[in-house]
Amino acid sequence: MSKSNFTRRGLLKTSAVAGAGLALPTYLRAQEGGFTNAPDGDTVTLGFNVPQSGPYADEGADELRAYELAVEHLNGGGDGGMMQTFSSDALQGNGIMGKKVEFVTGDTQTKSDAARASAKSMIEKDGAIMITGGSSSGVAVAVQALCQEAGIIFMAGLTHSNDTTGKDKKANGFRHFFNSWMSGAALAPVLAGEYGKDRKAYHLTADYNWGYTTEDAMRKETEAMGWETVNAVKTPLTQTDFSSYIAPVLQSGADVLILNHYGGNMVNSLTNAVQFGLREKTVNGKQFEIIVPLYSELMARGAGKNISGILGSQNWDWKLENEKGDRYKGTNAFVQSFGEKYGFPPSQAAQTCYVQTLLYADAVERAGSFNPCAVVEALEGYEFDGLGNGPTLYRAADHQCFKDVVVVRGKENPENEFDLVEIVEVTPAEKVTYEPDIPEFEGTLGECNPGA
Amino acid sequence: MDAILLQILNGLDKGSAYALIALGLTLIFGTLGVVNFAHGALFMLGAFCAVTLNRLLSLGFVPEDASATSVGGFSFGAAKETPYVEHWFGESVGAAIIDWSVPLSILFAIPVMIGIGVIMERGLIKHFYKRPHADQILVTFGLAIVLQEIIKFYYGANPIPTPAPEAFRGSFDFGALVGFDPNTIIYPYWRLVYFAFAALIIGGVFAFLQFTTFGMVVRAGMADRETVGLLGINIDRRFTIMFGIAAAVAGLAGVMYTPINSPNYHMGMDFLVLSFVVVVVGGMGSLPGAVLAGFLLGILESFASMAAVLETLPGINQIVIYLVAIIILLTRPRGLMGRKGVMEE
Repeated sequence: MSKSNFTRRGLLKTSAVAGAGLALPTYLRAQEGGFTNAPDGDTVTLGFNVPQSGPYADEGADELRAYELAVEHLNGGGDGGMMQTFSSDALQGNGIMGKKVEFVTGDTQTKSDAARASAKSMIEKDGAIMITGGSSSGVAVAVQALCQEAGIIFMAGLTHSNDTTGKDKKANGFRHFFNSWMSGAALAPVLAGEYGKDRKAYHLTADYNWGYTTEDAMRKETEAMGWETVNAVKTPLTQTDFSSYIAPVLQSGADVLILNHYGGNMVNSLTNAVQFGLREKTVNGKQFEIIVPLYSELMARGAGKNISGILGSQNWDWKLENEKGDRYKGTNAFVQSFGEKYGFPPSQAAQTCYVQTLLYADAVERAGSFNPCAVVEALEGYEFDGLGNGPTLYRAADHQCFKDVVVVRGKENPENEFDLVEIVEVTPAEKVTYEPDIPEFEGTLGECNPGA
Repeated sequence: MDAILLQILNGLDKGSAYALIALGLTLIFGTLGVVNFAHGALFMLGAFCAVTLNRLLSLGFVPEDASATSVGGFSFGAAKETPYVEHWFGESVGAAIIDWSVPLSILFAIPVMIGIGVIMERGLIKHFYKRPHADQILVTFGLAIVLQEIIKFYYGANPIPTPAPEAFRGSFDFGALVGFDPNTIIYPYWRLVYFAFAALIIGGVFAFLQFTTFGMVVRAGMADRETVGLLGINIDRRFTIMFGIAAAVAGLAGVMYTPINSPNYHMGMDFLVLSFVVVVVGGMGSLPGAVLAGFLLGILESFASMAAVLETLPGINQIVIYLVAIIILLTRPRGLMGRKGVMEE
């Protein structure tokens, strides 16, 4: 066994060093202007907090690509991307308010505690004025709360749970991405049209916050149109083989399986469901169907051929402007500059992150200040266009963006690895808009916090 | 009744994977006395042998007349590639080779995995034979993380679809075969293949140890290493080869598992902890114990995820294995088939 060198003097030395180390990061740079991390030089620092390790690392990498592109465009580099099509002309390509944009990155690891730690470090050590990113609702809610306390603006990345702008909403936090409720509202009419109004649904739901809100939304919408929910089973987030959950589905008499799963969970549960031959079965005289409420390109790639023919919803798709026309202008501009830089089309995660960065920069320019409370005021109730999703509103009541939702289907015969989904329909914003005070979204924004 | 039969079937394939990994773990522990936390990574490397072979076989070129998808003025790599194997062997033979890439990977994985196993043992693990188990666990766990990150660097974090041959996709109605209502018990072909494959490998390893001279020496070495050494037999070399074989068993378990779940860099860790529970429940150092416990826990896990069970005992699916492990270890501290004197100083 190893010999211990634990002495009183050693302990004192170690604690002195550790104490000094711990004290350092909590130092906040001198505050001017009365808010946290007010930029004092000719640069301003943004903090990009994305999963760089763990199961969502690929999605995080795409988010980071989008952020780097946004910074390049804000500083006047490249072709300007969506800044050319953005309805606001406040951004001039000279940084934000004349200050050159710099950035630091953190690794969320898709774990709330790690994400908070990396955000905290970017705020306290690197002086980040705004934090953005993330690929999970658990992380978004945790980091949003941290930013609220610290007096920093949080521009959420990919987070789809109702709670991010529902019961956990915060005055300093903003979400461009859509949510579970909107997915349900956008999918329901398409499902009624494709599969009829007399269906028996079986839900498998990831056992965490996002899974619950998605199951709720899907049940509410499908039951309202006449579907019956036969059963809803929660599956552990760490589950990899779903066979024991899939096998009983047919026995239950269900003719639709709704997979409220994301990422690796969804890839595995869908793969297992197809393996068990569910899609070839006829139940109650109807073809058995599988639905995945929230889709992503990376998930489609992971699921391979199994995804073909499966309906789901997305926040955005890179083919939107080509297929659905001018309403979605900005899409092609973004796809082109992203494609030229990286060689492949951007994911919806990349788009939402890019847009969030531009929206923040634009709000600062319009407010004429980096003060979080001024930025909040500039973003609240802000209507804009030309960022790829059509006319969009940042609602003041809950800091949620309201815009069209894309209903997609896995392509039967993809031409290449980027061409995995086809756009079935785009549900207009008014169909997916809800009152801010409905029970699913209860919660209070509170007051904006400038920190310092 | 049909629901119970269904979950037993489901438990079989999961149990097969646990049993195969646990078998390798036990082999290594029994022969070398090393607690190998990198064993899950070997399972993952095996799966990536299948991914690699699939990629190699699918390598192709773009025919000149192909068109690309374009947005704005930008076009993406586009157009379907024609794999070289289709070009060389004709379309139907080439397509069949790609289709059968997972079974073909067995041939590819055996030498690769034995090689990796031997390098791992000679290069790193042999330096830790005389160190405490805690050191062995730390170094092998570290190795597992390094291997994972290497795979992630080259293949990304996203799962990679690796389908079974066309002939084995889909499922059959097991219920109808044995007289239940149609659609009550469906079972995918490939999982049946996996179970049969696992049984074959397990049988092969036992036969090898039981009926060959090499196996006899290894068994003798497991029982009393010193005496075998005194008889002038180079037991270390044989144990190195056993490490390679154990690595190959884990690798093959991984290869055949790829069509069940798309492989990703993290899949080894998902199995590692459970496999250790399997080894401990089966009895440290007991090969039949590892296999028995593998199947037992696989089936138990399936039962615990039945909707009816979850309604009465919510959350039981997440803890059942550990609960059973505690009960077994309390009543039989050496595990189901553990021998006296193993890991007992």
